[in-house]
Amino acid sequence: MTTTVQPATPAEDELPPPEADTQAALAAAEDEDIPVPPGAARALLGQLLGPHRRRITVAVLLILIQQAAMQSGPLLVAVAMDRGIPALRDHDSGPLIAVTAAYLGCALVATLLQRAFIRLSGRINQDILLDLRGRIFRHAQRLSLDFHERYTSGRIISRATSDVDALRELLAEGLQELLMVALSVCYITVVLLWMDWRLGLAALVSFLPMYLIVRSFRRRSQKVYRRSRTAVAALIVRFTETMNGIRPVQAFRREAANERAFGAVNRQSADATADGLLEMARYVGLSRTTANVWITGVVLVGAYLVTDGSLALGVLTAFVLYLRRLYDPIDQLAMFLNSYQSAAAALEKMAGLLAHEPSVAEPAEPVELPAAAGKGRDVGFDGVRFAYRNGKEVLPAFDLVLPAGQTVAVVGATGAGKSTLAKLLARFYDPTDGRVALDGVDLRDLATPELRRNVVMVTQESFLFSGTVAENIAIGKPDATRAEVEAAARAIGAHEFIAELPDGYDTDVRKRGGRISAGQRQLVAFARALLADPAVLILDEATSSLDVPGEQAVQRAMRTVLAGRTAVIIAHRLSTVEIADRVLVMDLGRVVEDGTPAELIAGTGRFAALHRTWRDSLV
Amino acid sequence: MAENQNPAAPPTPADADGASTEHPPESPPARHSTVRALLRLWPYARVARWRIAGSVAAAGLASLSVLAVPMVLRRIVDGPIAHHDLAALRPLIGLLLVLGLAEAALFYTRRVILARPMAGVETAMRGDLYAKLQRLPVSFHDRWPSGQLLSRATSDMFVMRLFFVFPLVFLIVNSTVFVTGTVLMFTLDWRLALITLVPAVPLILYTRRFEGNYQTASRMAQDQNGDLATVVEESILGIRILKAFGRHRSMAEEFRQHSGELRTTELRKAGLLANLWAVIVGLPELALGCALAVGAWQVAEDGMSAGTLVAFLSTALALRWPVESLGWLLGFAAEAGSAANRFFEVMDEPEPSSLAAAEGAPSGAPAADDPGIRFTGVRFRYPDAPEGTPDLLTGIDLHVRPGETMALVGATGCGKTTLTALIPRLYEATAGSITLDGTDIRDLSRLRLRELVSVAFEEPTLFSASVRENVLMGAPEADEERLATALATAQAGFVAGLPEGADTQVGEQGLSLSGGQRQRLALARAVVGDPRFLVLDDPLSALDVHTEALVEQALRTVLASTTALVVAHRPSTVLLADRVALLADGRIEAVGTHQELLHSSPAYRALMSGEAAPELEGSLPR
Repeated sequence: MTTTVQPATPAEDELPPPEADTQAALAAAEDEDIPVPPGAARALLGQLLGPHRRRITVAVLLILIQQAAMQSGPLLVAVAMDRGIPALRDHDSGPLIAVTAAYLGCALVATLLQRAFIRLSGRINQDILLDLRGRIFRHAQRLSLDFHERYTSGRIISRATSDVDALRELLAEGLQELLMVALSVCYITVVLLWMDWRLGLAALVSFLPMYLIVRSFRRRSQKVYRRSRTAVAALIVRFTETMNGIRPVQAFRREAANERAFGAVNRQSADATADGLLEMARYVGLSRTTANVWITGVVLVGAYLVTDGSLALGVLTAFVLYLRRLYDPIDQLAMFLNSYQSAAAALEKMAGLLAHEPSVAEPAEPVELPAAAGKGRDVGFDGVRFAYRNGKEVLPAFDLVLPAGQTVAVVGATGAGKSTLAKLLARFYDPTDGRVALDGVDLRDLATPELRRNVVMVTQESFLFSGTVAENIAIGKPDATRAEVEAAARAIGAHEFIAELPDGYDTDVRKRGGRISAGQRQLVAFARALLADPAVLILDEATSSLDVPGEQAVQRAMRTVLAGRTAVIIAHRLSTVEIADRVLVMDLGRVVEDGTPAELIAGTGRFAALHRTWRDSLV
Repeated sequence: MAENQNPAAPPTPADADGASTEHPPESPPARHSTVRALLRLWPYARVARWRIAGSVAAAGLASLSVLAVPMVLRRIVDGPIAHHDLAALRPLIGLLLVLGLAEAALFYTRRVILARPMAGVETAMRGDLYAKLQRLPVSFHDRWPSGQLLSRATSDMFVMRLFFVFPLVFLIVNSTVFVTGTVLMFTLDWRLALITLVPAVPLILYTRRFEGNYQTASRMAQDQNGDLATVVEESILGIRILKAFGRHRSMAEEFRQHSGELRTTELRKAGLLANLWAVIVGLPELALGCALAVGAWQVAEDGMSAGTLVAFLSTALALRWPVESLGWLLGFAAEAGSAANRFFEVMDEPEPSSLAAAEGAPSGAPAADDPGIRFTGVRFRYPDAPEGTPDLLTGIDLHVRPGETMALVGATGCGKTTLTALIPRLYEATAGSITLDGTDIRDLSRLRLRELVSVAFEEPTLFSASVRENVLMGAPEADEERLATALATAQAGFVAGLPEGADTQVGEQGLSLSGGQRQRLALARAVVGDPRFLVLDDPLSALDVHTEALVEQALRTVLASTTALVVAHRPSTVLLADRVALLADGRIEAVGTHQELLHSSPAYRALMSGEAAPELEGSLPR
């Protein structure tokens, strides 16, 4: 079942992707799916099953004994008929009582063992799924941002949800079914051969046509199945897109056109579904015909053998009972094949994701930062070159030194490399060449917790997690007290609107009344960053949705907050520049102007021109 | 909320006991009857009713032929074998073969006649769900996460289709077979039949109890699965924040907790199933053991024929699947019932009646006696706003003159976006009226209204389609020239540089564009149709200063010929407008030109320059 859950709830803002120029986006489009190293799926399966080896052995033992008990039924019937009845006629009830006792005993054992087996295998399955879900989740969190920008969120989410579901279905329904089928086939074959090798051999021969039927079904259904997956995937994309964009859909009267488009993919999916059902019908028809012809044949031969005295009647009865049991599960085998196919595909995709190593790696031997002299830290870009995977260069050769405590504003047109600069400093990416250093220590040598304590970035994205407003702010400092959370909110000018929410700081942002505008979200993001109290603060377009008073409140707060810290502010709006000690104007990955705001405004460069335009737009 | 004492835990989708309230509207976990829910699906299955009947008939006949086999076996054992009369064997073997082939053919038929119609039923249901969701108001979509809707359109549909193809047919057939087989067993030997049937009573009682428990558990598992999916979604969508603050470990903790809860529920389901299987397989098997003993005794002492015993045992065996499958089928029916309930939760959602009624109604040409957009006493509160909170809009009176551009300003969160959403009726005003050129928007058909009013949203959404299709959404009949003009107006020159120009695919399935690029395309979409009324919600927020200035310049031409309401955060955007309306405390506090308001309204001055904030004096470039 493919449930590619797409980004965000409808109530959630659409998240703008990080500033990405067309080239970067192109790189993303080329890079459709990550390659799966050969054997990765099998290795993953091994890792998942490994820890449960002992319990799996126990489960297999349980089912071995269970099937033995289960399949002994017809055999005991034969014994009852061929031994019990004649003995009884001789007034010896011993054999019949023994057989009955054995039958009841076997029934009881089979029942109890089956119960135990289902419980145990359920436990193993769930433990495996828990392990697998956790692996994917943790791995997705570990992967670096360049990966997340390439591999759409929808796809990662479907790895952790629908693909796991496919495996769950296989484990829950298919696997134990298959085990039982395989075991019963083995047992029955052995018993049949043992009871009468002639008839047994005849039954054995039927495996050949059965095998051919299963093989042909598998081949044919595989194609249909792929078609069906594709159709369903298309369906899901249409569906989620409509629901996530319901406002424009309704505002631009897309309903009718959408219904037509959705109808088309819906019909495709129906066609594939119907074809799948027809394949199944064909398979069941063929396998049943084979089974019934064989049973008839066995009865025919058996009748002759019984008549000429070389076969007991009870044995023939047992044979007929066994043969039905032998062929009955063949239908289920087909269903198993389907869930096996989807699970195999899912496992492959999950293995691919898990085999992908984060490009921003943890250091093998982390270095500690020297004790900070003040609140801030020195930042240095040393001959940094950065290029996207497709070779497009964003920063050709970048050198920059920011002394501790300096507030730097970076301006420039879209694609000038401002955001790349910020992401390198936050170590969302690693530079292609050169190094980014904090107090002289390469960022690549810092352990993640150490890095995140010191460098915090606020982006223009203002995603809120479900939970209360207070919890969303406390992401900045998990052990913060309510007073600290409030203080941060007050400092940034967010306290007023939070206090007016139905439950104040305890308002759940996803529940009734928790409607929070884009600007307010940005204030929450700021409060979060304040609370984190980092040595280096990066603001990437962090005020784009604020109105003038909001922005000014933020700037007021920033003046106090940024004092002593190193800060990098990336801005479209020049108002932000007012609080900077230094302005960098970037173009095509180079710094083209560098100076204090006053110097640059007084000059004749681009910044002066920009600034003039902006001032004219003001009151 | 346990997390409140410990803000360390990152905010989570749902705390354990809030699992079901987290999601859609107070979905009642209350047990609707499975049967009632499934019966409601009948209208969909109705088209295929003869096929279903045919399928049931075929399956029934197939089962009867299975039941006939033991009777033939009995004749073979008691006739040809007992009397060494092999000549009599041939017709009986022939009969056996015919029965076997008939069974196979009927099985084939049963599936074939249902394949297309049932795929069609699924399609019809999904199509209806999709259409219904498109009609439901935005306020509905605000409450329902898309993941919840998606699972209704996909996995729930699969479950329901499967129910029609398989369990439905077999619930009917197996009951028939069970009754027939029972009758047969009684005719063979009433004592053996009684022994075999004893377990039926506890079995039926047990499965009834099972049905209830299992349905509750599977609904719980479905919901918990949804919660888990929410954690995953959030952890991926919020990945930059989690990484920026190094918080992914605590999120993982959260994830572990939720997947642990799901595991517990799944284990409960497995436990219930294990017990069911034990009862359903064990009891009949024990009874069969007793029947075997008694039967053997009867053959030895009571003159019962060996053939009868063989026939009886084969019949009892043939009845095993109908009995064994009972639990499985009921479990499936329960799951289909809960899927049907989830489906109808959406389908039962009332649609705004006026919208539905006005659909297709002749769209009266707007009377021209009151040109422009007029709000009269418009009030609004979100349907899900908590009790006791004031309305968001408490009485809007505003007139946008024809051809005029009105800027709408106000503090963050005061309801500007909401106000604009009322015009195309994305939300319904709670009270008051809005007229376009004198015609109440409620008297216009939805299509006509939205044709008249064009909107650019603050969050620009692009669909998986080409740039051209995305822009021409605003005016399907527009030509190349209009497209070019619209793109030029929105300064979307970057389109020419895309790999396939305006034919480049964008959206989730295509090229991802930056926020500014998407915003410009959304703007182009809004203006491409030369709409009579234009609503722009902060259309320039994601643009850099340069682009913003260029767009503004181009927009002036468009705005000159249309009646527009523009939500503005910044002075630069306000300057596009002829007049400005100030929204505060749910009312329009002041209307006037930018200069007038700057002089007359301190609130406006504060909003535009932050001047009211005393500590900022002198900090602004002047």
